[in-house]
Amino acid sequence: MNTPITMPTLSDTMETGRLVKWTKAAGDPVKKGDAVAEVETDKAVMDVEAFHDGFLAGPLAALNTDLPVGQVIGYIADAPAQEEAAPAKAAPAATHPKAIPAAVPAPSAAASLTGVEAQTPKASKPAALAKAAEVPASAKPAAASRSAVEAPATPVSGNTTASSVHENAAPGTPTPQSNAMPVVPGAASPPAHVDSSPLARRAAEAAGVSLAGLHGSGPHGRIVAADVEAARHGAPATKEQAVAAPVSPVLPDDGIRALYPEGSYDLVPHDAMRRIIAARLVQSSVTIPHFQLTVDCDIGALLTARHGINRDAPLDAAGVPLWDLSINDFVIKALAVALQRVPAANAIWTDAGMLRFRRSDIGVAVAIDGGLITPVVREADAKSLSTLSNEVKALAARARARKLKPAEYQGGVSTVSNLGMRGIREFTALINPPQSSILAVGVGEQRPVGRDGQLVLATMMTVTLSCDHRVVDGALGAELIEAVKALIENPVMMAV
Amino acid sequence: MSETEFDIIIIGSGPGGYVAAIRAAQLGFKTAIVERAYLGGICLNWGCIPTKALLRSAEVFRTMQRAQGFGLSLEKPGFDMGAMVARSRAISQRLNDGVGFLMKKNKVSVIWGEARVTAPGSVTVGPAKSAPPKDALGAGDYHAAHIIIATGARPRVLPGLEPDQALVWTYFEAMVPERLPKSLLIIGSGAIGIEFASFYRALGTEVTVVEILPQILPAEDAEIATLARKSFAKLGITFMTDAKVTKLEKGTDSVTATIETAGKTQTQTFERVLVAVGVVGNTENLGLEALGVITERGLATIDAANRTNVAGIYAIGDVCGGPMLAHKAEHEGVLCVEAIKGLNPPPMDRLMIPGCTYSLPQIASVGLTEQAAVARKRDIRVGRFPFLANGKAIALGEEQGLVKVIFDAETGRLLGAHLFGAEVTELIQGYVVAMNLETSEAELMSSIFPHPTLSEAMHEAVLAAYGRALND
Repeated sequence: MNTPITMPTLSDTMETGRLVKWTKAAGDPVKKGDAVAEVETDKAVMDVEAFHDGFLAGPLAALNTDLPVGQVIGYIADAPAQEEAAPAKAAPAATHPKAIPAAVPAPSAAASLTGVEAQTPKASKPAALAKAAEVPASAKPAAASRSAVEAPATPVSGNTTASSVHENAAPGTPTPQSNAMPVVPGAASPPAHVDSSPLARRAAEAAGVSLAGLHGSGPHGRIVAADVEAARHGAPATKEQAVAAPVSPVLPDDGIRALYPEGSYDLVPHDAMRRIIAARLVQSSVTIPHFQLTVDCDIGALLTARHGINRDAPLDAAGVPLWDLSINDFVIKALAVALQRVPAANAIWTDAGMLRFRRSDIGVAVAIDGGLITPVVREADAKSLSTLSNEVKALAARARARKLKPAEYQGGVSTVSNLGMRGIREFTALINPPQSSILAVGVGEQRPVGRDGQLVLATMMTVTLSCDHRVVDGALGAELIEAVKALIENPVMMAV
Repeated sequence: MSETEFDIIIIGSGPGGYVAAIRAAQLGFKTAIVERAYLGGICLNWGCIPTKALLRSAEVFRTMQRAQGFGLSLEKPGFDMGAMVARSRAISQRLNDGVGFLMKKNKVSVIWGEARVTAPGSVTVGPAKSAPPKDALGAGDYHAAHIIIATGARPRVLPGLEPDQALVWTYFEAMVPERLPKSLLIIGSGAIGIEFASFYRALGTEVTVVEILPQILPAEDAEIATLARKSFAKLGITFMTDAKVTKLEKGTDSVTATIETAGKTQTQTFERVLVAVGVVGNTENLGLEALGVITERGLATIDAANRTNVAGIYAIGDVCGGPMLAHKAEHEGVLCVEAIKGLNPPPMDRLMIPGCTYSLPQIASVGLTEQAAVARKRDIRVGRFPFLANGKAIALGEEQGLVKVIFDAETGRLLGAHLFGAEVTELIQGYVVAMNLETSEAELMSSIFPHPTLSEAMHEAVLAAYGRALND
């Protein structure tokens, strides 16, 4: 018996995951708990674990395609399936002979396909279809048949993206990791895993609505034209509509590309993180009424304190200091403590009421390859600077390795975003929903300032607080940033 | 539970009722069905099926008359009306037995008699006029939490045009003639009127059809109706539209009709008259009024799940309104029972109910007519393809016909399809499926239609809507 392996739900909001690696090959023995594959979500790469002992078996889903949660990506067989390998290999071609010209095997392969069919009449096409039948109801239509329906439309509509055509071709070219096993054909085409009617797809394209987030009211959750219509009019037919399709684009893609001469650009496909960043920040700017408050902080005392604290840090056995505080660590701590002193600002908006927090969880924006992520330091107000500093370092390292768990970057009330190390004097940041503020930190630099009627040089740092006006009014925001400034300028108060 | 306690009792065993009973049994309900006359109802016994049997005889006869054109020789084609009717009745009997078998197979109890809903949950069955089938339960009090009214409809009777079962017929008499009348006046040009016109005309009767509206087959697309009228007229059927029969004077073996057209009055004598002015729901004598079930113009008022205003009482099929078609009743029966089970079936889309007229040639349609689409201010694309340009139609010797499709120009949604010609009642389902799957013109264009078939005309009509027809 083959037990399906499905795309796991790695966070509450996860709808699709991108299969980036099979860590086991088809036929490999696996133990319960073994990682068999790696999946990239919007923020992290996570392992898919086996729930049973057995042998990894195909068909295995294609790499680097977005697959919906619950989609079968492979199987765990009780026994190594040797006889199955040959007919299964023929399956993708058999199910797609006309759908994907690029995937049609070379004549010799076609001949062997016929041979396989002759020997095991039940094996080739029905094998793949039978597998599809095992898919749970919600994801069932995603398998072979659908892209066969979709692909013939390509020459007519003429607007299938290059990437989907390319990925459609994948079934004919098994990936190195899955030499012995073919990929699941239908899983390869990105539009295919959203079951939708032709009219729904056309309506969605015309309206600039993404099908991915829509709730399908048709059989087996199929998205029908009425669902797209409902989404367009803001009816609650969508799951994460705001994230999936925040606003209609100004122009459809074709229209935008038409403005630039062909050959003058390269089309770089979006990865999951880029799409999520885009969706969340559009959501932030559209749904959160932002305003900004800027103050200059004298960080002379902070630098002195930092120097003293780091200088006297004890060394561990390897001779590495037990802490090495950055200016940013002080800022995080200052913001966390300030929020405790201004409790009305230590809250976020929900329609039902303010969520006012007891402790202050502070996000830290970390630039990573291809995007950014904001791991959250929990209860930053209550942590010592050294603990906080080491935690931030660990989170940042895990973020760069894309190993953060969703629980490590979700939640929080405010965030610190620091571009000082890039020499930026001051800037404003967009609030990271559902948080209610974000502190943008500029460079610490010597500036001439007037003091007691004298022009003196002081090390100054400009910070800008963006506030969600639904939660933080102007005076409250000013109170909060004053408290931040006071703590930065007199950091011993953080120890109180 | 005893033999008087059920989960669901269905009153009426026509296509709506008996299909609902089977679905209910499949879903695990203890189910009973009450019938007073014929298992299978009008459809199987006095409607859809026996008329199709008669029309088939007429069609074969007509083909026999054209034998020479097919390179065949036949001395003198003839027919035996008694044998034709006997075949038709035998087919009905066979299907009637089939329903009995299906009830037994699905463990649905058959209760024989006249049903009356005495209270929500209670049905009193009185004696029937006809003999019960084997194993049927008899008169008595029965109980079920859910009672489904599926009592169907009967011919509409208009004052002055009352049928007498001898000279002035309804479809009941028209289906079992003792001999072929020389002349026949058919009042009403809906599906029933037109089918009998085709049948009797094919056998040689002088047929006159009177329609009160300007268009025959008033529910159909105007272009198709006009085409059909021309075609039927060529076969010798006389049509009088915008016309009204105001009086029927009976003689010994004939009827003189007074017909008003455009202010002019004329009288004409016919051997027989068939009144086919529609049907009315059977809502009477069921106790519905006493229970406060709302009816409107003889039809039970229902919601999307076929519930009446009284909890536990449902209505399906003709008794709750049009289109009065067996397949609509069947679908409602299934939906009603699934809704009782809590399965939340998707509601029926009335625009996706196909309609078929088994005239010679046939008419089939689904969705909006061109007139209705225009009236809804849709920007449309219309495609047409004639059977005249279809190889299979020519080979069959059935080159009269037209396939017409109507698309929404903006979305490519198939809004309607209207067909006239041989076997189009078998073709229409392709478009019905396409509409239900929400295919656009693109998928229909890229679907491969087998050659040579009449269905290629369906493909070509779609192509024609976008200026791409290949064989026209």
